[in-house]
Amino acid sequence: MESSELKRSKDSVNSCESARRSSFPDEVLERVLSLLKSHRDRSSVSLVCKDWYNAERWSRTHVFIGNCYSVSPEIVARRFPRIRSVTLKGKPRFSDFNLVPENWGADIHAWLVVFAAEYPFLEELRLKRMAISDESLEFLAVSFPNFKALSLLSCDGFSTNGLAAIATHCKNLTELDIQENGIDDIGGSWLSCFPESFTTLEVLNFANLTSDINFDALEKLVGRCKSMRVLKLNRSVSLEQLQRLLVNAPQLAELGTGLFSQELTIREYEELESALSNCKNMHTLSGLWDATGIYLPALYLACTHLTFLNLSYAALQSVELAKLLAHCPQLKRLWVLDTVEDKGLEAVGLNCPLLEELRVFPADPFDDEIVHGVTEAGFVAVSFGCPRLHYVLYFCRQMTNAAVATIVQNCPDFTHFRLCIMNPGQPDYLTNEPMDEAFGAVVRTCTKLQRLSVSGLLTDLTFEYIGRYAKNLETLSVAFAGRSDWGMQCVLGGCPKLRKLEIRDCPFGNAALLSGLEKYESMRSLWMSACNVTMNGCRLLAREMPWLNVEVMKEDGSDDSQADKVYVYRSIAGPRRDAPPSVLTL
Amino acid sequence: MSKPIEHDYIGLSEQPLPSMEKSSDTNDKKNGLRLKDTELRLGLPGSDSPEREDHVQNVLSLKSFVSGSKRGFSDALDGGRKWVFPGGSGGGSEGLFSPRRSGNNNGGNDLSEPDSGLDGSVSKDGAAHKPLVVQEKKSHVGNTAPASNRAQVVGWPPIRSFRKNTMASHPPKNDDDDNAEAKLGSGCLYVKVSMDGAPYLRKVDLKIYGSYKELSSALEKMFSCFTIGQCGSHGVSSRDGLSESRLIDLLHGSEYVLTYEDKDGDWMLVGDVPWEMFTNSCKRLRIMKSAEAIGLAPRAMEKCKNRI
Repeated sequence: MESSELKRSKDSVNSCESARRSSFPDEVLERVLSLLKSHRDRSSVSLVCKDWYNAERWSRTHVFIGNCYSVSPEIVARRFPRIRSVTLKGKPRFSDFNLVPENWGADIHAWLVVFAAEYPFLEELRLKRMAISDESLEFLAVSFPNFKALSLLSCDGFSTNGLAAIATHCKNLTELDIQENGIDDIGGSWLSCFPESFTTLEVLNFANLTSDINFDALEKLVGRCKSMRVLKLNRSVSLEQLQRLLVNAPQLAELGTGLFSQELTIREYEELESALSNCKNMHTLSGLWDATGIYLPALYLACTHLTFLNLSYAALQSVELAKLLAHCPQLKRLWVLDTVEDKGLEAVGLNCPLLEELRVFPADPFDDEIVHGVTEAGFVAVSFGCPRLHYVLYFCRQMTNAAVATIVQNCPDFTHFRLCIMNPGQPDYLTNEPMDEAFGAVVRTCTKLQRLSVSGLLTDLTFEYIGRYAKNLETLSVAFAGRSDWGMQCVLGGCPKLRKLEIRDCPFGNAALLSGLEKYESMRSLWMSACNVTMNGCRLLAREMPWLNVEVMKEDGSDDSQADKVYVYRSIAGPRRDAPPSVLTL
Repeated sequence: MSKPIEHDYIGLSEQPLPSMEKSSDTNDKKNGLRLKDTELRLGLPGSDSPEREDHVQNVLSLKSFVSGSKRGFSDALDGGRKWVFPGGSGGGSEGLFSPRRSGNNNGGNDLSEPDSGLDGSVSKDGAAHKPLVVQEKKSHVGNTAPASNRAQVVGWPPIRSFRKNTMASHPPKNDDDDNAEAKLGSGCLYVKVSMDGAPYLRKVDLKIYGSYKELSSALEKMFSCFTIGQCGSHGVSSRDGLSESRLIDLLHGSEYVLTYEDKDGDWMLVGDVPWEMFTNSCKRLRIMKSAEAIGLAPRAMEKCKNRI
């Protein structure tokens, strides 16, 4: 036990008599509360009374901060003295789609400096949409001797040199997870920076690095890290190299292959098949870059216990998918490209009765003239075969109200319904009507709905439905939809659990913006871009609600009175000081 | 620009943030459960109440940041898909602040005022209350309209950059071949150009040229630093009016010959086939020394004959 804990328990023992009169001695309460993992439960607990608040804050080891600007690192450190693990999210989600200016902010460094002083025993850092430089990575690597897990998702600002620093200095590293980042990929020598004595790595994910890596170093690393359970390779690793790695790591639970396309001899193919099927624990498979029908059968034996199959980088045809899925009876999560078309999705419905999550990505999102892809028929087919479906992300070029109504009738348990009809403002292609009734059906039927993305031609009626029925909705994404302020007002007036609202290219103006005055404080954030909001409206909001940060991003050449992009979020840290000149804080 | 004011949360809103309230009562719990999404509680009053300093940031943006059209929505409208919304419906909320749009939008498509000129601007096809998107789209399918108005809309469809870049540089399999340098759907066709004796290669986008003449003058500019420059240094003007056959003549007369590798992997002389056929089959270009090119032309001719 740490000395501070010893001291406090002694104090508690001494005051045991008085403590018995109240609920529990602090140390007991802390022990009990330390079993609580969910941060929502912890938040509730901290509100019960002052004793519980204190017990909770002393027992908390993980803090989740959904918006890095809602609070300052100093405030966090003051309240939670014993943090070992931090999760931080930075930029608004639309930065994934290039809607947020560069240098917007969300730099991790100020946090690291405070953590180095207050949490020297920090073990885990998980960042999403933050900016992190090589210098920061190096600082991280040398400042925390116990550091174990680093996860960077959609971050930017660093290069493989930063990874080299982590590999060099973090002697206790168990997890290095680098996903979908704007990384400057200088080269693969960072892998060689793991010392020969280093054996603790359990999770290694470098799937989105584009350059060649030092395979020799990788092979040795995988060979000596016997606890490795997650290995996600990048494209540069060939099938032959994959086989060599697998032979030494049959314990893998999650595998991301490299390029799944190479000329193999029969013997090499059989060796690969054998190596794959020896991975008895494998439940997640991804990568499969450029996979074709020729080598997919090598996977068949490995797929028996597969629960998550990510084929979103493999442009498979329907027949190839169907054959593969016949070997995946336990599948719960499936990501595919729309090259599999409706026929492929029919195969999903036939083969995967346990399916809970489906994501269909477009292979050619920017080409209007593509005639294939998936349609409403594929989605309907899946819904008939997979009643447990609760998470869907579906990119398509046509949809009907009737189809969506059928889908939610078959699958009433949706928690995440993200439908993207790729042509903005496109109506039901059979009836030419707006898609209002589709989303009406979704919110009426799916009472557990937490996340909704709408698309297609939508009037304010859609938002009336959402406001009225979507009682559990937390995240709503809207684009090219609505007719008037009324739509947004309906959402802000209903949806009691709304936390994140992101809107682009909709005719919502100041009246709508200001109707949510009180609501915004119970939400994490609001994003509105290319709507009808003006600077005056934003100023008024900022004036009325001092606990909200109202930031406007102006675009070149736009009218001075227009607020092109507005980002509103609650904060106890005050307006931020690191905004670039293009971001105005009101 | 608001002055720093200490706010008592209880007074500010209908649903006070419970962490600002003093003690335990069931009300707190209810609100707490309602707000259990809050990842981090605010401090108790008296403990951690931070002063909010106001920093007036009046610096206007001088930087241009990466973004395409300002008004993706109206761009999408003006991209030929004009929509008609039945006027007058939608709850008619003008509100306190009627949004003013001055000249920023094309054609006065002010969608928040449903009874403004919408009908007027869009009713060309007469079917006033039916959205025209579908009809427009059908009429587009047949023609060779450029691959996207959608490409002008920043960040739409909402696909993460990593996936976009991956699909662009390694497009889904065609029937053609594995080694295509072509980027599908983005309207460009980059091929490598090598020149014998040059220390490095270049890349050109074949789609931006319309003829062999344009390609050759571009290549000449690109590689002029490496050649002795007989055919190039006098610039474009001397090459106006060149026909495709002249190109071959000129190159034959110089030290270098322009060749390309086609889909079958054969090295062909540039200029034999029509331009479109060439761009469809060209995988890479090579500026070859004439000496090496002897014997190439006859084979190329044979191949063309077989093809036709």
